[in-house]
Amino acid sequence: MKALLYRLDVKGSPYLYIVPFFLLFAAFGIFPLAYTAWVSLHEWSLLSETHTFLGLQNYRELFADEYFWNALRNTAQIWVLSTVPQLLMALVLAHVLNQRLRAPTFWRMTAVLPNITSVAAVAIIFGQIFGKDYGLVNWLLETLGLGRIDWQAGTASSQIAISVMILWRWTGYNALIYLAAMQAVNKDLYDAASLDGASSFQQLTRITVPAIRPTIIFTVIVSTIGGMQVLAEPLLFGGGSMTGGSDRQFQTLSLYLYEVAFSRFDFGYASTAAWAMFGIIVIVAAINYFLTSRLRRSS
Amino acid sequence: MADRRPGKLAYFALAALALFSGFPLYWSLVVASHDNGILGQVPPPFGLGPNLFANLERAFGTVDFAKALTNSFIVSISITISVVLFSTLAGFSFAKLTFKGRNAMLVMVIATMMVPTQLGIIPLYLLMAKIEWTGTMYAVVAPGLVTAFGVFFMTQFLREAVPSELIEAARVDGCHTFRIFWHVVLPASKPAAAVLGMLTFMSAWNDFFWPLVVLTPEDPTVQTALSTLASGYIQDYSLSLTGTAIATVPLLVVFALLGKYIIGGIMQGAVKS
Repeated sequence: MKALLYRLDVKGSPYLYIVPFFLLFAAFGIFPLAYTAWVSLHEWSLLSETHTFLGLQNYRELFADEYFWNALRNTAQIWVLSTVPQLLMALVLAHVLNQRLRAPTFWRMTAVLPNITSVAAVAIIFGQIFGKDYGLVNWLLETLGLGRIDWQAGTASSQIAISVMILWRWTGYNALIYLAAMQAVNKDLYDAASLDGASSFQQLTRITVPAIRPTIIFTVIVSTIGGMQVLAEPLLFGGGSMTGGSDRQFQTLSLYLYEVAFSRFDFGYASTAAWAMFGIIVIVAAINYFLTSRLRRSS
Repeated sequence: MADRRPGKLAYFALAALALFSGFPLYWSLVVASHDNGILGQVPPPFGLGPNLFANLERAFGTVDFAKALTNSFIVSISITISVVLFSTLAGFSFAKLTFKGRNAMLVMVIATMMVPTQLGIIPLYLLMAKIEWTGTMYAVVAPGLVTAFGVFFMTQFLREAVPSELIEAARVDGCHTFRIFWHVVLPASKPAAAVLGMLTFMSAWNDFFWPLVVLTPEDPTVQTALSTLASGYIQDYSLSLTGTAIATVPLLVVFALLGKYIIGGIMQGAVKS
């Protein structure tokens, strides 16, 4: 009897501990995911009880939808504008933080400070800083004699403003992740390089970057996923409007999805956009992965 | 170079960064402590003004911030407790126990970390409408109760933090698995649990999209209350930035108290992954 109980405990209890996670995850994580696919095959409005099966018609419509492509283009542009400088800056910052500094915890904490500020707060603060009439940036530009810019009105200017918000919020966070990886790099390599007269920048590009490549791939993929989902910044930058500016000049994919679902109440079509988004993320993540692992082999 | 003392340039760069990091927060406090009239001033004021308390009063009068703060605390604390507890349990199982299908299930957990949250928003909303939870805090809390990241993080940590020999020894002494969890694993998981708890609390506190979808403006969290403040026809900057200060201060306090553990913990977790 005791032996049986023991065996039951050893074999059975591991499942017991993961069951709460999987149950909750199935209900609020997996089920919605699968159900989105089902909804996307229907004409499914919040305002009507009947759901007509459409097959792939929503998808065909989506591929011909000018607003969808516009949102995708905006999302991609904002992603490039924010992620590339963000990760480069994070790398340099981590390199600096990796030296033997005085008060290291203080510097690390200032780096991650923007990350604890909520997206809503960030968007409001930067919305003010990039304001047309009373904004700080325009005040600075005018003082320098460069004239003011209506940041919200233009495509490039509004996307730059949004990218700066993202950049501000995530650079320090990524720097800390890089820093963590850098601390595992063998210190002897740097000493040897120093003796050979390598500059700090050469050490960064020749030793550090190759050594932490997996972490770099990780951050690229994570910021791709994040970049595809940008919502609060453009939403609040536009004063709560779902269209992302008068010409949809800064409407992102998420914002478009939000507009279709909760302004037009067209849940079927919004679900289609959601799955398209997921497909794009998987493709971009895969491309990232192959590109970076090719770079690795060639170097 | 890792062993070389950095020069002045490094400190200069770091100070510039600290300014870059801190300035927007400071600027929001500046605007929040003036009235809107000063925004047209040339040059703009860079010091604090006298109106912070008047603006606070106005903010609390425009939106029900007392309710929003209470809601945000309830949501964030319930999510944090649940995520830490269930992640530690599952992490213990994945890291230290053997069972059929373990690796496959762990891979599944990690893979789901890549799925964007927006993807499930619509059916989640339909589900919440069906069980009549829309507009309530249940709807905000439920989807946050577990995270794949939490399980992954705890698994990584417990793999290193609890020696397998210790578990074997406890078994030989006749401990059943749950007692091992209670007396060996739980105490050992404290540092990681603190980090996970903080990260979870912050992201629950800062969550924007889902509460915006599922709640009404009358019963908001702090973040959705902010969006109400910010989306008026005439932008009342002093008012919105007072709101952001209200939303950020609790996190700043928590971060000031616990920040160094978080940073230590992030570093630890990332090194091992």
